[in-house]
Amino acid sequence: MSIKKVSKEQPDSFEFNEENLKIANDIIKNYPSGKQQSAVMSFLYLAQRQNNNWIPLVAMKYIAKLLNMPYIKVYEVATFYSMYNLSPVGKYFVQVCTTTPCMIRGAYKLVEACKEKISKNQNTLSNDGKCSWVEVECLGACVNAPMMQINEDYFEDLDKEKTSKIFDKMLNDENVEPGSYRGRVNSEPENNRKTLMDLKNASR
Amino acid sequence: MLQDKDRIFQNLYNDGDSGINGAIKRNDWSNTKDLISKGRDWIIDEVKLSELRGRGGAGFPTGLKWSFAPKEVGSRPHYLVINADESEPGTCKDRDILRFEPHKLIEGCLLASYAVNAHICYIYIRGEYYFEGQRLQKAIDEAYKKNLIGKNASNSGWDLDIYIHYGAGAYICGEETALLESLEGKKGQPRLKPPFPALVGLYGCPTIINNVETIAVIPTILRRGGKWFSSLGKAKNTGTKIFCISGNVNKPCNVEEEMGVPLKTLIEKHAGGVVGGWDNLKAVIPGGSSMPLLPKEICDTITMDFDSLVKEKSGLGTAGIVVINKDQDIIKCMARIARFYKHESCGQCTPCREGSGWMWRMLERMAKGEASKDEVNMLMDVTKQIEGHTICAFGEGSSWPVQGLIRHFKKEIEERNNFNPLVKKDRNIPYLVDQHLLDK
Repeated sequence: MSIKKVSKEQPDSFEFNEENLKIANDIIKNYPSGKQQSAVMSFLYLAQRQNNNWIPLVAMKYIAKLLNMPYIKVYEVATFYSMYNLSPVGKYFVQVCTTTPCMIRGAYKLVEACKEKISKNQNTLSNDGKCSWVEVECLGACVNAPMMQINEDYFEDLDKEKTSKIFDKMLNDENVEPGSYRGRVNSEPENNRKTLMDLKNASR
Repeated sequence: MLQDKDRIFQNLYNDGDSGINGAIKRNDWSNTKDLISKGRDWIIDEVKLSELRGRGGAGFPTGLKWSFAPKEVGSRPHYLVINADESEPGTCKDRDILRFEPHKLIEGCLLASYAVNAHICYIYIRGEYYFEGQRLQKAIDEAYKKNLIGKNASNSGWDLDIYIHYGAGAYICGEETALLESLEGKKGQPRLKPPFPALVGLYGCPTIINNVETIAVIPTILRRGGKWFSSLGKAKNTGTKIFCISGNVNKPCNVEEEMGVPLKTLIEKHAGGVVGGWDNLKAVIPGGSSMPLLPKEICDTITMDFDSLVKEKSGLGTAGIVVINKDQDIIKCMARIARFYKHESCGQCTPCREGSGWMWRMLERMAKGEASKDEVNMLMDVTKQIEGHTICAFGEGSSWPVQGLIRHFKKEIEERNNFNPLVKKDRNIPYLVDQHLLDK
């Protein structure tokens, strides 16, 4: 259960654009008729993507109408789950995993890099308003620790220096490649593979 | 050691192609129709024969779970739900299955759906796994195109639709009833059991919920026979398992091994050893953060299977092995885990909501050496009051790691925290604690 601040500045109106409305209509079809409420999580996510990474209150009201459910139920869902941002987080939203498996491999070094490059405190926008960062709980890439997520992409096997470099590039709007930053392949033991060797050799 | 030919997830490291062509090369979808034509009872019996136990943490026998679903479909449709809400710290096995072996999962969905009479299957993926979800969706689209799923799936006469549902970052949604709530578009707060989901689950209909890894091994089990699977591993702890080895090891990795493999072999052989050598090992969390840690003496000899770990008052859980060496502050590590649980408690039951924060704050103080002598026992008491007093197993999950810490490292905590208590006399206040726990 996460505690979230709802932004004080709210836009006046929100509507799905044409593309998202089409996706939304397809999503509703995934669920039995009359159970359209199931689509609320996907809708909130769509709204978040459309509205620059955060969900305004009007979007919740809009979704409530669309799904024919009470506004408070949408609000409940939006405040319960940690991935919905209820205030602006910028174009680049950095989430650093600091749970134990990442922590013991130096996740707090990444946090230092965030403090230096983005903003002093988490959940605050950088000076140019482009970016913010937050410490999050386990992101499920523990064998590639320490790692962070920027918007949807995972950046793995990091250290402070590499993280700073990623931020420099990102803040200049350059393209940054997700994946391992130590050059290892997925989650295999680096230079120490003892299993499935035939396949590895065959793929070369 | 397990031979390569007996490894189920041949594409664990994505050496080949995760798409449909690569999957067919790896023998997926080869005789799905024949497997289905052998009938429901054969499938369930074969899974029972394999003694497969659920890979999501609880280790419940899968064949037995399937047999709980009503034999005949009544007025309510049946559902199959796949739990891919992998959020247990230390665990990242399902991610690799979703990314690199999606067709094993999809084929498993078809076989399992047939076995439990379901025409609709939902796969609940944690929201952070956006990219993995896209990969899976691509694989589902491929399967639809080749008519492997959909109407008359694989020419078996069975209809199956598979849909992906994304979560949004709530650990508790890995609990099966919370997952159902979330799937229904509500807050992910667990339901009381009974009724069990096998009878009253999603939308009030019979629902079978399985972990990704459990379902993904089903096609191989049916193809090679339950006997083959049960010949691997140990009695009642059969088969293979993906172990995730993270933390202070030289080569953290995922690896598929036989059940009952010694922990030391896993760490030394596959993960390149503990940073600073085996003697530098402090403790190991054997099965994801909710399982109590094991000190080095036990790690020397322990084998990784459900029953051996339960004997050591821990558990296999999700087989996410977190190695902690002597360079780390063990109390701080556990305080961070307690913070995780404080953050992820859904807030429904008071003991867990309040207790998880209490444990975290106490452990933080203990890590700094600011607690008094008697607080170790008080902390133990707090954990005992959470455990067993909550709707779901989150209460146990949050209190067990703390209990493990106290069980094995009490001396270390006491050495660091040696203030005299503020209240010197030990008073018995029955209304503050569960009296029956003191009476023993």
